[in-house]
Amino acid sequence: MNLFDFFRGRQKQSSASVAKERLQIIVAHERGQRTTPDYLPALQKELVEVIRKYVNIGNDDVVVALENQGSCSILELNITLPER
Amino acid sequence: MAKILVVTSGKGGVGKTTTSAAIGTGLALRGHKTVIVDFDVGLRNLDLIMGCERRVVYDFVNVVNGEANLQQALIKDKRLENLFVLAASQTRDKDALTQEGVEKVLMDLKKDFEYVVCDSPAGIEKGAHLAMYFADEAIIVTNPEVSSVRDSDRMLGLLASKSRRAERNEDPIKEHLLITRYHPERVSKGEMLGVDDVKDILSVDLIGVIPESEAVLKASNQGVPVILDDQSDAGQAYSDTIDRLLGKNLPLRFIEMPKQGFFARLFGGK
Repeated sequence: MNLFDFFRGRQKQSSASVAKERLQIIVAHERGQRTTPDYLPALQKELVEVIRKYVNIGNDDVVVALENQGSCSILELNITLPER
Repeated sequence: MAKILVVTSGKGGVGKTTTSAAIGTGLALRGHKTVIVDFDVGLRNLDLIMGCERRVVYDFVNVVNGEANLQQALIKDKRLENLFVLAASQTRDKDALTQEGVEKVLMDLKKDFEYVVCDSPAGIEKGAHLAMYFADEAIIVTNPEVSSVRDSDRMLGLLASKSRRAERNEDPIKEHLLITRYHPERVSKGEMLGVDDVKDILSVDLIGVIPESEAVLKASNQGVPVILDDQSDAGQAYSDTIDRLLGKNLPLRFIEMPKQGFFARLFGGK
């Protein structure tokens, strides 16, 4: 940064730091997917179909997540029911 | 015990072959009997970078298929006594290599050599998979640029799960990050990811940083591995990388911008 930059005031975020932020997000996301089994999307889809027989929910109202804690795996289901 | 080293990256054009040639030559310079194996069947280029393209008679696929033996296919380097190249086939398609065939060749090479350097093709298909499958150590070549960093992370995932060491539950492949085509000036302007940024994102031990350098193109024009140009920045950076690979602890060079004078800093050079 030189004298002229100083008087112009601080520049906005550099492109390198934008790149770093974007990479950190996408890499973390892809690492997460790497460890999840590939049946999760199919499981989520079928669960939505079953629940829909009884309650009207949207495709995104069932969230399936698999978490590993040491030797224990936790399958977490989060189903949002519509308001009555 | 002989070591199998894979040079890989996922993305193409980041400097895998340049690095394979430099690392193999550097190890031979330090007195280790080394062979560099080109896994890029159909698109071989290691022979050109090493300057032995006119001496390829038999190649890797010939050996796998039993059409030639290893001694016939190994090309001895003209400059160094203990350096050899095994070229990839230029005419076969990329399915010409089989896991069993590659295993047999690599195990035979291990009997004769201290280091087997595998130059991986780009991508994550069969050639790249076979290049890393039997590896003991991996050098992941990365440019400070978003697509290269992301692809390197993908390769790290594959190294950890799809190698023989992983499948046999042995110690994992030792991973080393090599950043190439680094431009200190652009980093200081905030236009390029810095060494620490790339290290933070990939969280792998850094083994070297090779600056963007005119010497690399000059060396490949002449078919001389750039590490033999010991006057050049890239040659010296590769030389440091070899020393680190062999266990020395050296500070990084060529990652700072050349110092500017007071007036240049005050009024902005260019």
